[in-house]
Amino acid sequence: MSTDTFERPDDMAAPASPDDPFLVVENLTVKFPTHDGLVQAVTDLSYTVERGKTLGIVGESGSGKSVSSMAVLGLHDPKHTRLSGSIRVGGVEVIGASEDRMRKIRGNDIAMIFQDALTALHPFYTIGDQISEGYRIHHKVSKGEAKKRAIEMLDRVGIPQANRRVDDYPHQFSGGMRQRAMIAMALVNDPQLLLADEPTTALDVTVQAQILDLLQDLQREFNSAVIIITHDLGVVAELADTTMVMYGGRAVEYGATREILTHPEMPYSWGLMGSVPDVTGDADARLIPIPGNPPSLLNPPEGCAFHPRCPHVDKVPGDLCRTTLPDLVPGDRGENHLKRCHLANPGEIYTEEVLPEIAPDLIDPTTGEMIPELAAVDPDEL
Amino acid sequence: MSIVTNSDVEPAHIPAGGVGDDTLLEVRDLKKYFPVKSGGVIRRTVAHVQAVDGISFTLRKGTSLGLVGESGCGKTTTGRLITRLYDPTSGEINFEGTDIAGLTRRQMMPIRSEIQMIFQDPYSSLNPRHTVGTIVGTPLRVHNMVPEKKVLPRVQELLEVVGLNPEHYNRYPSEFSGGQRQRIGIARALALQPKLLVADEPVSALDVSIQAQVVNLLRDVQEEFGIAFLFIAHDLAIVLHFCPEVAVMYLGKIVEIGDRETIYEHPHHPYTQALLSAAPDVKQAAIGGRRERIRLEGDVPSPINPPSGCRFRTRCWMAQEICAKQEPPLMQIGKRHKVACHFAGELHETPARPVTAGLLGVDDQGNPSGEAAIEQAADQPGYADTWYDLKTKSVTST
Repeated sequence: MSTDTFERPDDMAAPASPDDPFLVVENLTVKFPTHDGLVQAVTDLSYTVERGKTLGIVGESGSGKSVSSMAVLGLHDPKHTRLSGSIRVGGVEVIGASEDRMRKIRGNDIAMIFQDALTALHPFYTIGDQISEGYRIHHKVSKGEAKKRAIEMLDRVGIPQANRRVDDYPHQFSGGMRQRAMIAMALVNDPQLLLADEPTTALDVTVQAQILDLLQDLQREFNSAVIIITHDLGVVAELADTTMVMYGGRAVEYGATREILTHPEMPYSWGLMGSVPDVTGDADARLIPIPGNPPSLLNPPEGCAFHPRCPHVDKVPGDLCRTTLPDLVPGDRGENHLKRCHLANPGEIYTEEVLPEIAPDLIDPTTGEMIPELAAVDPDEL
Repeated sequence: MSIVTNSDVEPAHIPAGGVGDDTLLEVRDLKKYFPVKSGGVIRRTVAHVQAVDGISFTLRKGTSLGLVGESGCGKTTTGRLITRLYDPTSGEINFEGTDIAGLTRRQMMPIRSEIQMIFQDPYSSLNPRHTVGTIVGTPLRVHNMVPEKKVLPRVQELLEVVGLNPEHYNRYPSEFSGGQRQRIGIARALALQPKLLVADEPVSALDVSIQAQVVNLLRDVQEEFGIAFLFIAHDLAIVLHFCPEVAVMYLGKIVEIGDRETIYEHPHHPYTQALLSAAPDVKQAAIGGRRERIRLEGDVPSPINPPSGCRFRTRCWMAQEICAKQEPPLMQIGKRHKVACHFAGELHETPARPVTAGLLGVDDQGNPSGEAAIEQAADQPGYADTWYDLKTKSVTST
């Protein structure tokens, strides 16, 4: 891919308008040519994230959630990736940007927190060296000043005795502390966009709660935009302002978190909610799994990618699900809630068939309707 | 459902410590210390990791006991001790009345077929160079369960039980997805028709939508073959969903054990309360924002040098002087409920004085008071007919 055509030095200035969302992803498609064929990892994905807001991306492995966020950071090798569409970070186009340009953005404007802190940290360098490295690349400071900054960041993320621990190696830290150190590393340059890829999946619940609290506090303090990638709907429910559900490389549902999780309109989202046991739920109730396996991206199913696993295919007239890919369009609940599904009356099916099965306690037993708190969620307010 | 009826039967008549008729496994004061060796030529033992430090519990036939706790609390070690993959440092493991803790390899051989294990990682627990037929058939051959000619039909039968295509016996593990691999692991564990299955985090490596499939499969298997499960997991929701009885572990000790309903609705140990409140909840979406939760500070201390007295006190918000001086006994406070805490009580109803003071014969600061300690069958497996009532502060029964 020629990089010169995309050189737009003028764009390095501030975004066109301060009201524009900080991150705009438009029609992003990522394909990997392999020996077996073309893997369509992400297809036609669009989303925006504003400063101070959090986007939650949910989906199972292979749904394209990590691939799309790595594209935002420009981490895909252009030799082995076919990228199209547009990703604008603060008004600057990332797709096709030169490696030098990307280096200035990466770690400075955008930073990433990875899932497994032990493999993301270098075992031979001290925590302090790894944190200050990023700071020295983007700021002209001495080693001493950079170290001071590293200690300050470690202290900020809640590592006790930061001035002593700064010289420790990653193996001397516990799992939760490593994750904190990685957050410190990501935040050292006050990035405006933070990508957190499964930041708490490898952690215990009590430590997970600490890390999520920390992320939220830091976001408030720096007013940064955050994308949190997870398969845990609970994390999304508590942290994200907007939620995107991904399946087979496409967004299948997108809208305000409260709206998506209380009135989901896509059978895959229903399936996700039904297959998670709830601490407060009925213990003897069987879980309702999604049948089958995630689709192959080498050879995605015709029509809607979810149709081979969808229990509601027969409710759609004709062979629509098997032949035609539904568009991501507003459903019954207005502009703030996009869904990719052919079902004509998802709201009815959800309250009448799905909710009684997956969460009977959310249904009023006398009227057979949703409990008032849920039904009262107004899509236009969000 | 056979399991439910089993646990519905009045269980309180099992004599404390004794092996009742339907007790399959009884673990008594089980310990496992791993030596820490010094460097250099002479590798002296300089310390011990107290991975499991004196736990006791019982498991009845055809039921499930869940072991929950954070990483490093000793739950996996417990599972491996019971399958005798590790040799216990001390303690008893009574399996159907036989103490298997000290048996030799040869003596263990017939018992191994009765206790099988499902491993956490379906990628590293299957040999990539063996076909599914070989993997599932090996236990049958090793234990001479069926004549060689019958191995393949039996393997196909097992594959069908776990929901795999029996025609696929000739494939390699790499041709299957994570959920299917876990099913192969389950088929292998079922091959010898065990009485006890130790499931060590059987679903945590799987995708959410696949987890539910495997949990349902394990339930079906339990119902069909009446297998008892020791279900080890860090996910409280999965454990509560699967097991009628739950034990919460912290740093090598059981801190609370009881019925699912008791543990969930009336947790008396601060750690259990914290665990329950820490898990993010989907239902929060309707309200918005973060759920009110107990914030635990710091990490689990090192099991090489655990804190004195109560091991949880370094992270506990109600720790007092007595907690550092006296180790709280795992006392029975209900018909089927035991807890190890000086200030045991429901959340926001913490007693002002240590409830264990009279029990241990100490004053409120944990110094010996000269009064005689009340005898209570602490650290016995199973449940006694009498228990220490927190409200009346005396030993009562029904």
